[in-house]
Amino acid sequence: MKKLRSIKEINEKIAKGQVVVATAEEIISMVEEHGVEETARRVDVVTTGTFGPMCSSGAFINLGHTTPRMRMSKVYLNGVNAYAGIAAVDVFIGATEIPETDPANTNYPGEFNYGGAHVIEDLVNGKEVFLEASSYGTDCYPRRKLEKWITLDDVNEAYLFNPRNCYQNYNVAVNTSDKTIYTYMGILKPHLGNANYCSAGQLSPLLNDPLFKTIGIGTKIFLGGGIGYVAWYGTQHNPNVPRTDNGVPRTGAGTLALIGDLKQMNSRFLRGVSLLGYGVSLQVGVGVPIPVLSEEILRFAAVSDAGIMAPVVDYSEAYPQGTGGILGEVSYADLKSGKIIVQGKEVPTASLSSYPRAREIALELKSWIEKGDFTLTEPVASLPSADFPVQFSRENKQKEE
Amino acid sequence: MIRQKVVLRFPADVVEQPFIYTLAKKFNVTANILKANINPRKEGSMVVELSAEDEDYSGAMDYLQSHGVIVLPLAQQIVWLEDRCTQCGACVVICPTNALWVKRPEMTVSFCSEKCVVCERCLKACPARAIEARYLDEEGE
Repeated sequence: MKKLRSIKEINEKIAKGQVVVATAEEIISMVEEHGVEETARRVDVVTTGTFGPMCSSGAFINLGHTTPRMRMSKVYLNGVNAYAGIAAVDVFIGATEIPETDPANTNYPGEFNYGGAHVIEDLVNGKEVFLEASSYGTDCYPRRKLEKWITLDDVNEAYLFNPRNCYQNYNVAVNTSDKTIYTYMGILKPHLGNANYCSAGQLSPLLNDPLFKTIGIGTKIFLGGGIGYVAWYGTQHNPNVPRTDNGVPRTGAGTLALIGDLKQMNSRFLRGVSLLGYGVSLQVGVGVPIPVLSEEILRFAAVSDAGIMAPVVDYSEAYPQGTGGILGEVSYADLKSGKIIVQGKEVPTASLSSYPRAREIALELKSWIEKGDFTLTEPVASLPSADFPVQFSRENKQKEE
Repeated sequence: MIRQKVVLRFPADVVEQPFIYTLAKKFNVTANILKANINPRKEGSMVVELSAEDEDYSGAMDYLQSHGVIVLPLAQQIVWLEDRCTQCGACVVICPTNALWVKRPEMTVSFCSEKCVVCERCLKACPARAIEARYLDEEGE
């Protein structure tokens, strides 16, 4: 397919203030109105966004050396254990870690009001966090105990390093049993009482670049309100899944490992959350720019909710038992309408991913690029992808009809 | 089994009667007094959590009302903290009255307090903990 522009050329336009950017939501109607060819000629960059609970997240923190020095072997931040099995004052605070004193699900359904994700949010908000550290003591690191209040400004480095974010599509969770269940997909009422989904759909980064034609290792992104990078493909990254004709995965597929400076972030785009009966998670805001290098890339980015399908999975049996099997497929247009049909029953839908905030992120990233504050990067290496014969014969517009 | 927080208003002419004793003795009602303002010969009030078997509870209510005690539901208010809300929408399928609802196609979450019945199911269903229950006492404060 004809190459329209290079990333270098886009960055030159950004520098001159001439770049044309549209969000993944705006681009849909532009393509409908003007067609792919003309829109691809006019628009240089499409910005995507997503904001949802992403459990596989956490932060590396270098707490700084004390006098006398200490090789911290057990570390707690506001009572939440941070992994200290690395160098002297380096720790990793995981988003889902809860205090050892939390009753968890012994008091079912547990409330999980505070955990690692909330520690990260408190740090980002500039709040004081109580550090408790202990050590067995060595000749070079004699100190054995430390208790003090710290803030994000006090620590040396703090960066978010999330092993799995931005799941490319996800299950729609339902419950066919006769009792309420409490899951990482939220509260699921019995007898198909509700269906919960978790994706920004047409705004979601990896659904707009389903075969990773532009997003790769090293891609510069919006992360938690600051600048971050794609560090690697995420854990459980699996491009070899069933896809619709337009190349979009019909189930969870690719994922991203992301990294970014915590000191640049803010809690509007990085939030600790409590999932009743399940645990703590971190809502992470991610925005990825997609350079319109060819008409093909624009066709992918112009995907709309009607063209993205998700599997309906029973979280009372098939999911926990790992037996597989789905109860049907629905589109994100169906999900966003507020109700879907499962096994002949009308089921109300709810989202765990915030579409308004995903839109806000895509718009924010758009304004950064337009203002010249954010330039695009060439990936250093590609993400593992699938060799899929894409057909755009059934265009978004036709699907919505 | 019924468990309910109520406000009891005692007119001045009955305020000195041992109502709570009678609730326990005669109707097996457990009364957990949360707040009380009782003075001799003056109108009194009490915020109390009552729990009892269904039949005993309705008997207790009849007893109180037939003795001039006014039983009011405890006024509570659900407060939606818009700043804290991340606009996900997990609450809307939990809310039984659509007081919490999603405006489409914007997909923004809104709260309509007129429709809210203060069931409090949303409090723990909200991952961002952006919903709070505030208790208004018998003076409506």
